[in-house]
This record gives sequence, C-alpha cells and structure tokens, in this order.
Amino acid sequence: MELELKGITRRFGSLVANDRIDLSVSPGQVHALLGENGAGKTTLMNVLYGLLQPDEGEILLDGKKAQFTSPKNAIAAGIGMVHQHFTLVPVFTVAENVTLGMEETRPSGLLDRRKARRDVRELSRRYGLEVDPDALVENLPVGIQQRVEIIKALVRDASVLILDEPTAVLTPAETEDLFRIIRQLKEGGTSIVFISHKLKEVQAIADTITVLRRGAVVGNKPPSATEDELAAMMVGRNVQLKVSKDVARPGDVVLDVEDLTVADETGRVWVNEMSFQVRAGEILGLAGVQGNGQTELCEALLGLRPIASGHIRLDGRDLTHSTPRQRLHAGIAYIPEDRQDDGLVGAFSVADNMVLDSYDRPPFSSGLNLHLGAIASNAAERVQEFDVRTQSADAPVGTLSGGNQQKVILARELGREHKVLVASQPTRGLDVGSIEFVHRRIVRQRDHGVAVLIVSSELDEIYALADRIAVMYEGRITGFRPPSVPVEELGLLMAGAEIDAPDAAQPEAGTQPEAAQPEAGEKA
Amino acid sequence: MSEQAPPGSPESPGSPGSATATKQKKRSEESRRSFGQILRESILEGNSVTVIFLAIFTAIVIGGLLNAFTNTKVLHAWGNLFSAPGAAIAQAWDTAIGAYVALFEGSIFNPHTVAALFQQASFSTAIHDGYLAAVFNPLSETCVQATPLLLAGLAVALPYQAGMFNIGAQSQFIGGAILGTYLGYGISLPPVIHVIVCVVGGFVGGAVLGWVVGELKARTGAHEVITTIMLNYIMAYLLSFLLGNVMQRPGRSDLISPVIGGHAHLPHLFGPTLRINAGFLVALACAFGVWWLLYRTTPGFEFRAIGKNPSAARVAGMNVERSWVLVMLIAGGLAGLAGSGVIQGTEFSLNFQTYGTYGFDAITVALLGLGRPLGVVLAALLFGAFHAGAPLMQAQTNTSVEIVQVLEALIVLFVAAPPLIRAIYRLRAARAAGVEGLTGKGLA
Repeated sequence: MELELKGITRRFGSLVANDRIDLSVSPGQVHALLGENGAGKTTLMNVLYGLLQPDEGEILLDGKKAQFTSPKNAIAAGIGMVHQHFTLVPVFTVAENVTLGMEETRPSGLLDRRKARRDVRELSRRYGLEVDPDALVENLPVGIQQRVEIIKALVRDASVLILDEPTAVLTPAETEDLFRIIRQLKEGGTSIVFISHKLKEVQAIADTITVLRRGAVVGNKPPSATEDELAAMMVGRNVQLKVSKDVARPGDVVLDVEDLTVADETGRVWVNEMSFQVRAGEILGLAGVQGNGQTELCEALLGLRPIASGHIRLDGRDLTHSTPRQRLHAGIAYIPEDRQDDGLVGAFSVADNMVLDSYDRPPFSSGLNLHLGAIASNAAERVQEFDVRTQSADAPVGTLSGGNQQKVILARELGREHKVLVASQPTRGLDVGSIEFVHRRIVRQRDHGVAVLIVSSELDEIYALADRIAVMYEGRITGFRPPSVPVEELGLLMAGAEIDAPDAAQPEAGTQPEAAQPEAGEKA
Repeated sequence: MSEQAPPGSPESPGSPGSATATKQKKRSEESRRSFGQILRESILEGNSVTVIFLAIFTAIVIGGLLNAFTNTKVLHAWGNLFSAPGAAIAQAWDTAIGAYVALFEGSIFNPHTVAALFQQASFSTAIHDGYLAAVFNPLSETCVQATPLLLAGLAVALPYQAGMFNIGAQSQFIGGAILGTYLGYGISLPPVIHVIVCVVGGFVGGAVLGWVVGELKARTGAHEVITTIMLNYIMAYLLSFLLGNVMQRPGRSDLISPVIGGHAHLPHLFGPTLRINAGFLVALACAFGVWWLLYRTTPGFEFRAIGKNPSAARVAGMNVERSWVLVMLIAGGLAGLAGSGVIQGTEFSLNFQTYGTYGFDAITVALLGLGRPLGVVLAALLFGAFHAGAPLMQAQTNTSVEIVQVLEALIVLFVAAPPLIRAIYRLRAARAAGVEGLTGKGLA
C-alpha cells in the first residue's frame, strides 16, 4: 500500500507540533523518521494512527483520501502501531493479548481460543517471530513483548507498521533480532515507519530517512548519509558526536568498593560480592543490560539502600554505614538514573532545585535561616554557566525540557565540592545536543581529577566516555576491559559469559594510560 | 527561518540561540503587559484564587436560594406566582437577603449599634455603658470564633505541605484541652506565669499526639490517615473517661471539669465586654511562624521538598522520617493550642462537647486556604464570621443556623472541584494547578 501524507499541520495552542509535513512511504520500504525529542515525530504518527486530528493536510492511501477519526479507522485501513510503551495486559497470555479487542467466538458464544493460538503460530512462522502463544506476557522479556505487539498489528492485517522508538528498551542482541524481523516483514511487502533518534540504527535499517526538526521536515537522505550529516540536520548545527578527550591520567584510588552485597526487602540479592575501584581522573564505565543490579548498586553507593556486606571507601574513609547526607558531604556527586523521581522536585523552582542537597550549608543558610539571596544568585550564576534554558530561575523545574532538567542536576552536583561522580544513565532520553553537553562536562570533571563512575546500558555512551569498561551481569562484574574491546565481546559479557581475557585490563592494569584510547568513541 | 536552514549550516549559535532570543522577547512582552491585562487574564484562566472567590460567591447564591425556597412564606407566595409574580420574587429576595444581612450584622458590623452610640449623651458615658463595645462586638466574636479554626487549620495545612494528611486535629485538640485545663485548675501559679504555663501545656498536650502519629509512620509505615482517625476515637473516649473520674468537677454528676483559675485566663484585648483575647494574637503569631518555618528555614525547605517529592528529598540526603515526626509534632501542638485556647479564652472549663467539630472544620479551613498560612488565616476569618453571625441570623430572621454549615460545605465542595466552577463561569484551566494539587492528592 502506498501511504502519503500531504501538508500535515497540527497545532497545540500556539505551538506548531507539525508544520506542513509531507511524507510518502512506498510498499516494502523501511522509512525512518529521525528527529530529536520534541521534533514532532510522535505527533505525526498519532495523526496517522487517528489519535489526533490534523488541523490541515490530508492522508492518502493508494492515492485515495482517507480520514481517521480514531485508531479503529486507521487499523481498518491497514495501519498498525507499536507504541513506545506497550499496551499489553500482563496477566493475559500472548494469544489472548493478540485477540484482545477483536475476539472471535464459536457458534456457542465461547471464545475461540484455538483460532487465536493458530493465528499467532502462523504469523510467528511466516515472519520468524518465535513466540509461545500460551506464555503469560508478564513472564516474557521486553524484546519478546515487543514481538507480541508486532503480531498484534499483523493479525489485524497491517500493511503499514509504525514502530515508535522500538529499540529504546532493547539489548543489542534484541535490537539485532528486531532488525531481522523488520527485514522479513519488508520482504513480505509491509511498509515500516521506523521512528528513532538513534543515528546508527536508522542507518542500519532504513531505506529512506526523513529528518524532522521543530515540527518541520528538514530533508530526506539515503541511509548512506554520514552520521555527522544526519546529526547536523537533526540539531540544526554541527555536533561533535565523539567527545574529544585526552588520555586519562589516573591518580590514586578514590572510590573503593569491596565485596559489596546488596539485597532488597524480599531478600533477593541484586549486587553480589562486587569489587571495583575508581581512581582520580579516570572514568570507569559500567556496562550492562538494565535490571542487572545497576540501580541497586547506585542506591547502595549513596546510602539509600542498606548494605548486606562489604565495604565502600572514599579516599580511605569507610562510608559503608553512613547516611546519604554524610556521603554527599564526604564528596559524592550523584546523577540519578530517574531524574524526575529521584533527581528533582518538579514543583520547586530551578533555584531551589540547584541547592536541593546543599541548602543546609553556607552560604545558602546559617542556623535555621535560609539565605534566599544566596540561593538566587547561585541560581543565576549556574543557569548561565550550564546554559540552562528556562524562562527564569523561579520557574518550576518540571516545566523544563529533559535536557535542561539534566543540566540543573549537573549544575547542582558539579557545583558542590566532590571527589567522586556517580552518574547513572546520564543521557537517557536526551537529545543529541544535550548529550554532547553532558558528555563534555563529565570528561571535564575527569580532567579536573574527579573519579567518575558511569553506569549506562547504552554501549555508545560507554565507548564514548569510559577509560576502562566493567560489565555487570546479575549483580556481578563479568569482566574489565579496555575501551578498545570489540562490541561483540562486550555483548557476550553482558549476557553473562565470563571470558578469560589474558591481555585484557585487570582492575589495576586498566588504569595504565595506554589502556585508554584517544579514539574511544570509535567502535572497535 | 532557521527551520529552513540547510543542514549543517555554519550558523554557530544555530537554532537554540534563536530559541533564547524568542524567549527573551516573550519575557519582555510579559513585563510590558498592563495590570488590567494581567488581572483579566488571571481571572479568565481560573487560577486557584479566582476559583476560590467564585466558589464562595456561588455558595452564597445557592445558599440564598436554598434559604428562600425552604421558607414557608416564600413557598406560599410562589403558590400565587401567576396572580402576583412580583410579590413572589420580592418575598424570595427579601428572605435570602434578610438572612445574609443579619449574618453580616452579627459578624462584622451592625449599623444599629452605631445609631445607639450616637444617641448617648456623651462619648464617655457611651464607652462606660458599653455602647462602643457593642459596635465592635461582631468583629470581636468573629475573631474569637476564628481563633481555634485558624490554629487547627494550620495543624492540617503544615502536614499537607510536607505531604501528609492530618485528620487528627480533633484528637490533638482534645489532648491540648485536657492538659491546658488540668494545668488551669490543678495548680496555682502567679498571674503571668500561669497563663503561659497553660498555653505551653496546651501545645505539649497536642504535640504528644502528633508525635505518636509521626513516629508510627516513620518507624512502621502506618499511614497517618488511619492512625489519626483511630486516635480521634481514643481521645474522645479518654476525655469522657477523665471527665467522669479524675477531672470531674466536685459536686457535679455530668461530664464537666472544674473551672480554671483566673490567672490562667487569656487576657482580653479590649476590655472585659469584648470576648476577643490574646488567643487570637497567639493564633496570628503561629500563622506567621508556620509561614516563616516553611518558606524561610532549612527544616521548612526539607518539609516542602518531602511533600512534593520524597524520593528526590531522600536522594538529596534529607532525613524523611525525622521530618515526618517533626511536622506531626508541630502540627499536633498547633491543634493543641486551639484546644487550650478555647478553654483559656472563652469556656474556662472542659466538657465532653468542647471539641465540637473543630477537627473537621480544620480540614475545610486548610482546604479553602490552599494549605498556605495566609490562606488559612483568611479562611478561618471567613468561617469564624459565619459562626459568629449565625446566632443573630437565627434570632432575627428565624433562619436555621445550619444554613451556615450548608454554606461552608458548598464552598468546600466547589473549591474541591475546580472544574465545576470553571464550567459554570467558562474559565480556562489554570496553567499552574494549585487547587487541584491540594484536593487531588488527598489520601494518595
């Protein structure tokens, strides 16, 4: 089916989310929609899926004008969508989820479960989407849940499949699997609209790339376009994708974690006798698939979670049993993985958020008294220094964009005196421009002699920043590697394989300068 | 436009730069708008203060209609609507307005008292005979009624700011009243000291109960809504028990305490004929104190951060549990002050009905005051005026005092449902949600 969007315009109040967008998708083609957060990708797809009505413009299917007032129309016309957040019922089986909303019954009025199962099996076979129709969705890994979503769309005879940021939740291996499925669907004649802000993926899978910026199409590119070219189109200026950084000059051990074990309230062990050290002036990148204990490790480092056994030392001082405040004062700067929940008080002003963990110390207070003047001038200074885009320092931080919120956290944490920086997923959900900024600041801290621990499930980020890479799997470190390690090897380590790497950097050896490659951003 | 700029164009500040430019332009435009424009926009946008005023207005209109159409004379006149439509409408109008005029005269200002004042031979006799006091009596009564509402309202508003819902103002009120009363009659102390000891005792009596709630929440995670409700029962029955035993007034068989000593009375502010007393000043000072605590001190910063986002507060090193205990302790003390203030200011002895509905009025006052100290002061004065004017309204127009409770309930209903008010007055939704935040959070 030939899908064409002509002059689609959609406004929200005074904001133009989509500005006269033209897009055409031919059958059997993967059309990538590339753009930063807020560029209007999702709005456009919601218009196409009937969730939003366009203010102007039209949708043409095989040259005929179509109007979608609800997703029902869109589905009937052969458009399927896999949302960023899945719409599955966790306690239902795969087959039940697939038939949900279009349940077929036997003459007796009972649900025809057998047909549902048969449909799922047939589609799985045809497109290589192996799924057990009787498995409960809640027991399936995220990658498989996504397949269920795809099957759901295919069962409804989708000839255009929209995938909204499909790789955001997947491991590298799962992403490869998804790409294989996409190629198979393409061969079967299905058109795919692939929405993403990740350049590498778009290059790998797309036949055509349309770049959106601030609600408008800035251009079309073939997948052979370079990353720099695409990034520049996306952001509107030249972006340095690779952080330029010098060779690390590691100093003394600052953060020393020894045999750390952390369990949750139910007794499940998340961090299992883990040991590592971070030296002044180096960045240790902790790679791993989400949910392997990284969150718990960070919380334990900050004292938010009790430590079952082991030690945490900062500059030789034992912090194992200190409160979060004592640890912050001892010199830990912390960028939490969930900035909305753990990093900021959304209803507080930018200024208040910038002193959220130092309001109780001079110059911001003395005794009981808060010094509002000092808090305001601090905010004015930091807003300038970190280029926080806000209407004023008194605006609630919740009204800022994700990138600017992260800058507020950076400004706060780096503004305090600190010896260690623990940053968990520091660029999750940020656009290219903000990622560049955050990465540059982190490298700068390293160069100032701070020991940096980066926890990230994005391998690109690990490669871009780390002077030494540790891989975490099920609460343990499966290996330390220099940043020159090939991505396949990291993938194996992330899957739990403990490979002997005779020449690989051991904790001590990894701190040697030659282990840190200047071209760290390059994949080996 | 920068959107059309070719990819990778060398404009180094690029689009983000122009974004700041437009933002700055917007800001300067904002400051250039006239006061009238801002006023009109703020009314149209239906922000929380507008919603509250409209809620009060709407409640008064509906209360008037209810009042008019439950009056037998009005109903009779409306029975003859087609023969004498003017009389029917006039009768309804007179009834509704008459009640409100009496309410106003009883709570704020009664012109008859001024007339009486000028009929006196000389000003000095007027003062001596209490005619001048009569002029100010309605205002004095409003303040007297507002005092416990204000203190108890603060006891709900402060925990609200820290993310807690204090349903236990009643039990804390009783705790303060018990200790304040006991210290009032049980010991004898020199003048000034005795009253201070009783006031402090009232605070302590309430604070103990608040502390129990905070400690239970901090240590066991028990939800404060449940524990405060249970403590309300416990304290109500404890009060009955005490009044029937150790605290019973000698020679009485009903549940009433001895009268407190004269030195424990809160001093009158404007002579003995006006009931307004130092308790009102204490309440105003507490409102200021709560404001100062919340917005100008480090513990207040913690309280508010915890109220808005406890997990971020924890990550920032704040001791969430300790703050819960501290907030509930202070809140309990404020409600306790309300209790001892009623005893020391106007009642002088404790019976098992003294606590009345203060605990629940406190919630409505805090709600109407948007959980902010100044708002609580204004809300307490409004409800205090209702309470003060109700008896005169009943005496003069034969309107039942319960209409005042209906008014209060309607106001709170409308404040709690801002979309209702916006729909009635066709307002746009406010950008910064204030009222929603207060009511929507509730027990969550």
